[in-house]
Amino acid sequence: MKFLNKLLLPVLALGVIAGCETHESTTAEVKTTKDVLVSSMKPKNQATMDRLNQDDLQAACSNAANVAGDAATIEALRKEAEASVVYPADGNYLGDWKRGNEVAANGKGLQWNDNPSEPNGGNCYACHQLDPKEVAYGTLGPSLTNYGMRGQSEMMLKYTWAKIYNPHVYNVCSQMPRFGSQQILTEQQLKDIMALLLDPNSPVNQ
Amino acid sequence: MSKLHNKKGIVLGIASLCAALLAPMAIAQDDVFAEYRAMMGDENPAIFTIEEGQDLWETPMGPNNVSLEQCDLGLGPGVVDGALAQLPRYFEDAKAVQDVEARLIYCMETLQGRDAIDVLVKPYSQTGDQGTELEALVAFIADSSMDAVVDVPQGHPEEQKMYKKGEEIFYYRAGPHDFSCATCHSQTDKRIRLQALPNLTTNEGAGMAFTSWPAYRISEGLLRTMGWRMQSCGRQQRLPQFQSGSDAVIALQMFMGVNAKGAVMAAPGLKR
Repeated sequence: MKFLNKLLLPVLALGVIAGCETHESTTAEVKTTKDVLVSSMKPKNQATMDRLNQDDLQAACSNAANVAGDAATIEALRKEAEASVVYPADGNYLGDWKRGNEVAANGKGLQWNDNPSEPNGGNCYACHQLDPKEVAYGTLGPSLTNYGMRGQSEMMLKYTWAKIYNPHVYNVCSQMPRFGSQQILTEQQLKDIMALLLDPNSPVNQ
Repeated sequence: MSKLHNKKGIVLGIASLCAALLAPMAIAQDDVFAEYRAMMGDENPAIFTIEEGQDLWETPMGPNNVSLEQCDLGLGPGVVDGALAQLPRYFEDAKAVQDVEARLIYCMETLQGRDAIDVLVKPYSQTGDQGTELEALVAFIADSSMDAVVDVPQGHPEEQKMYKKGEEIFYYRAGPHDFSCATCHSQTDKRIRLQALPNLTTNEGAGMAFTSWPAYRISEGLLRTMGWRMQSCGRQQRLPQFQSGSDAVIALQMFMGVNAKGAVMAAPGLKR
């Protein structure tokens, strides 16, 4: 019973603080999906309950087909996404690819166990191949190795910027996060990612 | 005697554990785990947690000073064998659909007279801990369900409702990253970094996932439950924290379990 004592001591102390918390086992009668989530979760550190609120885009893309609706709905959401994109004020799209590679490799940020005073990562390698020397890349998104072969035309810069800033501009139910619109990454981090993709010296393009 | 024990009939030595951990240092990280798994064969350090769970199951506790041995896990009071393969399910006494964690807590309250808060305040270990009561009990129940065929019931309307709710939650996109469960778990043969992702919308993928939890996590030296796994998924979704035995977690397990019909239980598994 040593084990149980060890468990119960801190547990009892915290139990007093937790107060009137009860274990709910009510069934989901007319509860919405969000109601069920709200009753099943607790805020923890920076992960607050308002994160369960869906915006129009999230609500429209929460289905198995991953289709937002009819053509008019899709176009309205696409326009909204387009309007959210803020291009760099100084007209300079390309930062430092080395820093960009660090952002791409960093999977931290906005989780309840992450330090909110540290910069968020982009976690690009979780889903994309980039530097071909990095073997631990995910496959949910397309490979971006040699992305820079497309060149650095104004059109290419703006396309790539918007794709990272808010990918729903091009694919309304894209699975990729809105790194700019949702303020996951800073403008400088976005520029550094741009350089990782487009700088001819970046390992992505070697 | 746990089923893991019975397979080889010997208790795993600490020495062999250490040897297995230290031997393949030079090769890539993923291979370390593969090699460890190969060396361990049927031996899984979860046997210690399973034994602890069995002790806890049989030890009288709480104000009523009774054990959990008369707890009905769905197949009748005291029937543990195969129970996990048919959970979550609707329980008439609780008037609710419950998973193994919710059911254990219900039994602690109703049979033993204990307060759920005592368990729910810390259902899962943190890295470095030695395991919680709930983890040990789940390990014991899983081990007793080893090789059972997954057959999560859909006969009761509440069970059907729970499946539907699980499906809706599975596709619910939210948080700063717009992630849902489906973001990672609705395609086949995909991975994050090097970690393979089961497609939980298919029988094969759901079967692989459903039958392998709870699992002993080598990297943490801890047994982790399905409830913990979902909490961890929710964290990566940047959402608030899923609570053990909550409806959303039960609904997601119902979705996965029904999709996994016919798969064969292999928990506690051994994972990186």
